[in-house]
Amino acid sequence: MVQARDIERMIEQGFPGARVRVTGDDGRHFEALVVSGAFAGKNMVQRHQMVYRTLGDKVGGEIHALSLKTLTPEEE
Amino acid sequence: MNTQDKIRQQLGASRIVLYMKGTPQFPQCGFSAKAAQLLSACGARYDSYDVLSDPELRQGLKEHSNWPTFPQLYVNGELVGGCDIMTELYQKGELQKLVTEAIAQ
Repeated sequence: MVQARDIERMIEQGFPGARVRVTGDDGRHFEALVVSGAFAGKNMVQRHQMVYRTLGDKVGGEIHALSLKTLTPEEE
Repeated sequence: MNTQDKIRQQLGASRIVLYMKGTPQFPQCGFSAKAAQLLSACGARYDSYDVLSDPELRQGLKEHSNWPTFPQLYVNGELVGGCDIMTELYQKGELQKLVTEAIAQ
């Protein structure tokens, strides 16, 4: 079963220097806050796609739902 | 017709398309149900497709839009997002604007 901290680690590897916090303890539904300068100039869909890319095929499989808040440091 | 052509045809046939689990009347997942409710709250007419009844369509959409989950909302053939983006847009009044502009065209 996927743990919140596994997701945190995978997102952090894909976003060096970002602040990442993942919550969710039922093993299938998670919420993630990702604060990174890499989101600058990107719209919401692009930002979420960037996060999904760090999680390979986990999302939609083991991870049933991942609700995302994607902000740049200035937006936080 | 291969799956990608089918998707392009479906997206071309309606300005507002919702790919979901189940149907608006019988949604099979809470997030898909919420997406259908948000669209009806906007008074939008839209085409919906049940990805649970078409596994090839489901896989094809993940590749088409690099978006691994459902629901997926498309307006004018562009991916708008899933349930949490639709909810955020709705709270800002932007989903209503997006939908009415698409219908008005």
